[in-house]
Amino acid sequence: MDKFIAALDLVAQPETLVTLVGASFFGFAIGCLPGLTATMAVALLVPMTFFMSPIAAITSIVAASAMAIFAGDIPGALLRMPGTPASAAYVDDAYEMTKRGEAGVVIASNATFSALGGVFGTIVLILAAPTLADFALDFSAFEFFWLGALGLSCAVFVAGSNLVKGLTSLMLGLLIATVGMDYTTGHPRFTFGNVNLLEGVSFIPGLIGMFALPEILRSLLSPGSVGTVAQVTARDAWRKTWDAGKRYWSRALCGSVLGTLVGALPGGGADTAAWISYAGAKKMSREPEKWGKGHIEGIVAGSSANNAALSGAWIPAIVFAIPGDTITAIGIGVLYLKGVNPGPTVFINNGELFYAVFIVFILANLMMFPLGWLAIRIARLVLRVPRDLILPALLVLSVTGAYAIDNDLFGVWILLALGLTAYLMEENGFPIAPMVLGMVLGKIVEQNFMQALISTNGNVLGLFGRPIAAVLGGITLLVWAIPLLRWGWSRLRPAHATPRAAIED
Amino acid sequence: MRSPEKRYLRPAACIAGAVLAMLTLPFAAPARADTYPSRPITVIVPYPAGGGTDIVARTLTGLLEKELGVPINVINKAGGGGIPGQTAIAHAKPDGYTIGVIASDISVYKAQGLADLTYKDMTPIGQTNELASGVSVIEGSPYKTIQELVAGIKAHPGQLKATGASPGVNWHIAFSGLMLGLGLDPSTVTWVPTQGGTAGHLDVAAGNSTFSTASLAEGRALIEAKKLRPLAVMAKERLQLFPDVPTLKESLGIDWTFALWHGVVGPKGLPDELMNRLSAAVEKVATSEAFRKPLEERGFSLVYRDPAAFRAFMASDLAEMERIFVELDKMKQQ
Repeated sequence: MDKFIAALDLVAQPETLVTLVGASFFGFAIGCLPGLTATMAVALLVPMTFFMSPIAAITSIVAASAMAIFAGDIPGALLRMPGTPASAAYVDDAYEMTKRGEAGVVIASNATFSALGGVFGTIVLILAAPTLADFALDFSAFEFFWLGALGLSCAVFVAGSNLVKGLTSLMLGLLIATVGMDYTTGHPRFTFGNVNLLEGVSFIPGLIGMFALPEILRSLLSPGSVGTVAQVTARDAWRKTWDAGKRYWSRALCGSVLGTLVGALPGGGADTAAWISYAGAKKMSREPEKWGKGHIEGIVAGSSANNAALSGAWIPAIVFAIPGDTITAIGIGVLYLKGVNPGPTVFINNGELFYAVFIVFILANLMMFPLGWLAIRIARLVLRVPRDLILPALLVLSVTGAYAIDNDLFGVWILLALGLTAYLMEENGFPIAPMVLGMVLGKIVEQNFMQALISTNGNVLGLFGRPIAAVLGGITLLVWAIPLLRWGWSRLRPAHATPRAAIED
Repeated sequence: MRSPEKRYLRPAACIAGAVLAMLTLPFAAPARADTYPSRPITVIVPYPAGGGTDIVARTLTGLLEKELGVPINVINKAGGGGIPGQTAIAHAKPDGYTIGVIASDISVYKAQGLADLTYKDMTPIGQTNELASGVSVIEGSPYKTIQELVAGIKAHPGQLKATGASPGVNWHIAFSGLMLGLGLDPSTVTWVPTQGGTAGHLDVAAGNSTFSTASLAEGRALIEAKKLRPLAVMAKERLQLFPDVPTLKESLGIDWTFALWHGVVGPKGLPDELMNRLSAAVEKVATSEAFRKPLEERGFSLVYRDPAAFRAFMASDLAEMERIFVELDKMKQQ
């Protein structure tokens, strides 16, 4: 308790509080701009942390990253252009709701459920960090392969109405993920001698292209305006969010638990967490037919998961200095810089400092409410601006974002190539969500599969050779087998099974 | 800036102004040694923000700004294994206003057949630090010393697994050099590819690979948490962070050392006066306490080399990497 009071005292320092507010606004602005990621927000803060006290330095990283992940939802909702990759899973639902005049509801929900997910992840971090980190340490290539395979199976749930077209899109995503240096042999693959492709097709320019460019092209070809739809008032937005919370609280809870766990595994991240949570919730939903057409349930599941993952990633980071994502990698650097060395003993050696960090985590997540309120105001303004003015600005912003990732013009070419591909696909009824999922998970699945196979000298049964891997593998095979068994069953007993299958599908 | 005229700017005036600005730009600040530097300097980092090279660069430039008296902009030109960024440094105008912080990858591009880029395309300004390779096993491992591990490798060919990087990349070269130094065939140990040193340590800690050759610094918290056991460092002297861990020379009697390194370079053809001004500033910063402390906390060892020594070092590093790749190729063909 003494430590807790000492921690409160640390947080109540004017420097800490000013940093909290300043970094939140900074992260908010970066997250809102498509192409500028949470990682970039944090990296830009690093030189400033040199001049801050340890607690203020960590505060700035935590607040900026949490706010950037939340704010990434906003351009997704308003312009169908996810601000960060973590918002891509539910961007279609968000944008459809905006078209119906419910932009405020989307943003209020994003703020609320992001905050809930973040606070949940923090509570797990406080209560169970050492235990969970020990558990995460048992994960090797074998376990990650099965997790990735399970994640890829989610493609079926985001594939849309036509399964063949959905799987085609997934395969295209997987193909794109194979470009670049092959980690198992050290040889470049599908790079055509271009060094810019050595590390693969840069994901963020591709993502911006796939979501923003088709929207820009479509609006040019068939002018129409979202601005003509009357938008709900801020008060109504929060009220509807409250209703959604009452109705879908279990989705928020599942999303938070899942997000925290995926985040705690090194190599998992906020984007993977959001996809798995979204697809899983769709599978469990009572009204799956509404998904992708502006249904709040997916937004609840996704936004709680990505912010929970952000908190979860700090579990292995603080206990073993293992970064779960690029944000915590930078955070660990700042911890070392400030002489606070991560390790299992931090809770003993730097007790009050870490309790202070936890308080900051919670405060940073609560900052989402005032900033969410602000975002709804801004959104009403943005949506009132004529499309003809917004779209050129959006194009400039997209190109700038694609360039800024590596400060290289090649990013712009990726944006154009994938953007045009996505446009042609969508015009012909191919959904792009499975393609994005393939790009997110393709490398994870392939690298871990090869790493595991090399470890067992090519023995495929070795993939089940470790206890956690065996359980995960079993679940994955079961998920794959159930539709087959059900299909076989319905063929054998057509009279009884057909109506049931119709409901399930 | 907020003058009322701004609102009445006409397009024609803007264009005229822009043309004028473009015409005068090349003459704006001629790179003369007596006035250099007179405008902001750009430092290109060929790796993403937040990585090891970036941390070195940002710590360095923060201090270098005070030394040179002009602002320094760090630009991360990342991706492509560092090749596009290092190429951009090599091709920059040698006026002293674009320099870069590079890493040891530059010594392997040619040997790997990825690019023709070598240190010869750059003007060395000063080496700043290095990160030595180490050997570590899981805490419960039967191998308690490096000698026992080497005995195990010899006794069970094809059964042990090592990890830490993808083939042909830094810590794999450290491993190959260790095996060749011992007179052993590297292929008698299965190399498990991982994406980066931390991932390699994790693979060992999870009980899969037998040992990792990634730097001990990348596994520091795991070592302190008694999840990993460090057996040796591939440096000339013991590391300050791990004073109890022996060098290869002490424990196995072989000369092989391996470290990642970082240093400041300019484009090829950087005039001597400008280079001297920069290298004096880099030397002062790279040997200062303010630079040493944060970097040593990250596990880097401070190694300063002046331009001539840095050039000689990069030349020997390149030759050494080519030797390793040639020997590996020979082994493959046998």
